[in-house]
Amino acid sequence: MPEARGHGGTGARGPDRTAAGNGGAFSFARAAEMVRKELRQLFRDPMMVRLMFGPPLLQLMVFGYAVNTDIRDTRTFILDQDRTAVSRRLVEGLTASNYFVVVGRGERPDDVTQALDHGRATIGIDIPQGFAADLASGRGARVQVLVDGTSANSANVAQGYVGLIVQRLSQNLGGAGAQGHGGAPGVDLRARAWFNPDLKSRVYNVPAVAGLIVMLMGLSLTSMAVVREREIGTLEQLMVSPLKPIELIVGKTLPPVLVAVADLCLVASVAILWFHVPMRGSVLLLAAGSMCFILAAVGAGLLISTMASTQQEAFMSMFFFMMPTIILGGFMFPVANMPVFFQWLSLLDPLRHYLELVRGIFLKGAGLDALWKQLAALAVMGPGLLWFAVTRFHKTIE
Amino acid sequence: MSERAARPGDRRLRLSRLLAMARKESLHLLRDPRSLGMAFALPALMVLAFGWVISFDIRYIPMAVYDEDRTAASRALADAFTASTYFRVVGHLERYGDAEQLIDRNAVRLVLVIPPRFAARLAGGGPAPVQALVDGGDANTAIFAMTYARGIVAAYSARALLGVRRAPPGVTAETRVWYNEALKSSHMIVPGLLAVVMMIIAAMLTSLTVAREWERGTMEQLASTPVHPVEVIVGKLLPYLAIGMVDVLVVGFIGDAVFRVPFRGSIVYFLGASFLFLLGTLSLGILVSAAMRSQMLAVQITMVVTFLPSFLLSGFMFDIVNMPKVLQIISLVVPARYFITLVRGIMLKGVGPDVLWPYGLGMFLYGAVGLLLAVRAFRKEIA
Repeated sequence: MPEARGHGGTGARGPDRTAAGNGGAFSFARAAEMVRKELRQLFRDPMMVRLMFGPPLLQLMVFGYAVNTDIRDTRTFILDQDRTAVSRRLVEGLTASNYFVVVGRGERPDDVTQALDHGRATIGIDIPQGFAADLASGRGARVQVLVDGTSANSANVAQGYVGLIVQRLSQNLGGAGAQGHGGAPGVDLRARAWFNPDLKSRVYNVPAVAGLIVMLMGLSLTSMAVVREREIGTLEQLMVSPLKPIELIVGKTLPPVLVAVADLCLVASVAILWFHVPMRGSVLLLAAGSMCFILAAVGAGLLISTMASTQQEAFMSMFFFMMPTIILGGFMFPVANMPVFFQWLSLLDPLRHYLELVRGIFLKGAGLDALWKQLAALAVMGPGLLWFAVTRFHKTIE
Repeated sequence: MSERAARPGDRRLRLSRLLAMARKESLHLLRDPRSLGMAFALPALMVLAFGWVISFDIRYIPMAVYDEDRTAASRALADAFTASTYFRVVGHLERYGDAEQLIDRNAVRLVLVIPPRFAARLAGGGPAPVQALVDGGDANTAIFAMTYARGIVAAYSARALLGVRRAPPGVTAETRVWYNEALKSSHMIVPGLLAVVMMIIAAMLTSLTVAREWERGTMEQLASTPVHPVEVIVGKLLPYLAIGMVDVLVVGFIGDAVFRVPFRGSIVYFLGASFLFLLGTLSLGILVSAAMRSQMLAVQITMVVTFLPSFLLSGFMFDIVNMPKVLQIISLVVPARYFITLVRGIMLKGVGPDVLWPYGLGMFLYGAVGLLLAVRAFRKEIA
């Protein structure tokens, strides 16, 4: 590390040589020099530069396009044992909805079993013999719906849709006097989705990616930067130099903060310009919340670096910290659906507050009056975590 | 190592050298007990966190009612929402404007608006419109809420009409969920999570091993010994394979003991597939490590090539059919996708090699090709 060595030499010439151990004033010049060294080290490797900005964009793209919780085209296998005009109408009603696409038809019950076993279909509709006759006789007819319960969410939703379509059809088929659509009797529910009328999951997920990326960058860059020096042995060299611990900390934390801010701006611009995520709220509020959150991420990274002696350990500790944070933060699954205990626990998770803040600002245009709690939580956690990490760091290097 | 092994030109593979390499790598691992501990604790933590926290089953969605009708019929409709257990009525609004505030503050997800003359219209046999205002921010929950609301209203409507004029009983859909009768989220998650955890842990363990030797300068020493690239790679892999297999058992045990996930298929087939998947993934980690030479870079690359695809493009959480075509094509080369199908098939469906053989073959190819590529990359780097 020639920079570090050279720097030690500069300090030796200066009058503050005696102040090297403890005491003495914080020197901006030395801290700035340290920041410059760290930045140079980060940007020296073109691969590293690409990695600081490429993966965030990639993640945004994948989340924007892949994470699609809207259920369409559920693969459906039809077993029509009735073969009447009525049973065909039922099948048509299902396929006309866009929620289902027929991938196969069979003759025997075994065919459905096979289709589900092989994973060719997610749902099987079994219309028994005598379906039309039962319906006509007024006894009421039954349809069996077989759902593959192994594949995530869709089973749940698909099941709901089948029930709904069958119910609607049943009213049309059964009620002889039903007069078309307009004046049909009964309660007519008109649902309207606010903030996101097309119900695109993208709008919900893309702003949240910003939170994830900021956390990832803050954590990984900070923790690895310190631990690498410890592993290579250059941390001792830095410590015997007149550099004070606080200057070392500034040098190690400021570059990750800058990278995180740059990534945040990049991700937010792409979200708005490419994915057309609405930005309805205040940029100032977003900036304030983001700053606190970045401090929390960097603080956690610094904390990991005080505990880990090898980069491998740091990497694994990072995951240890990150997985629960992401899950409890409600990144993909809303906090409201968690068991009550974990909802309480998630209050300790800075990501939860940040995601609520980001989503509130982007989608709802909510202001300080609705989001002050989240901002307050972040303002306590961010600087608090960083302060705790800094005191721990002081102890480990003394 | 005998002097015979050190003779130049002796390029044949030797088990003794391979085992020496494995021992060296094991010592590395044992010297860093905290990393080793985390290699076992991290999978356990992930399974517990995912299994306990995540629930696809959305219930008790908070809602509010704005009832302008205030009749027995409108109250019965609101009660039908509560009775369904899908919703929880947390407030009755006095003004329409309050709806916006409640949704802004995330206090409710849905506001049911029942206009005046609702009961009269219903009794008169005409259409009786009601409105549901849904917080569309979280599209997933919003879709659930809307679907549930439609179902509740339709059922209520059918009951109300029955009182007005005789309607014959119609069609009832009888649903049966296979493989996961109670639709437990943990049963869906644990088999998929096994693949994700393996992918992350395995790649994380090996992605640093070669880069570390580069960074510390021990790679040159290693290159100057007569050890063969295959011996280095396989020797480095062995201890991690052992850790990975223990992790498979840990995850499997938690799935069985804590979440009662059924295991309906063959254990032998399951372990065999896990072994091949591990082999491929560990090799992938070595490949990254050999090519990057820096631990920091290796970490970042590993996250991009393992964590993201196995999490998002494997069908673990999000169905691949619902993705755009380009991503569906990309997902074809994500090994975790095949492993997840395999594990779900074995654990939940109890199907055997007769159904799953293409996936088994895929795992074999992944393991073999991964190992080959890792050896090749390593040979190129030290040459």
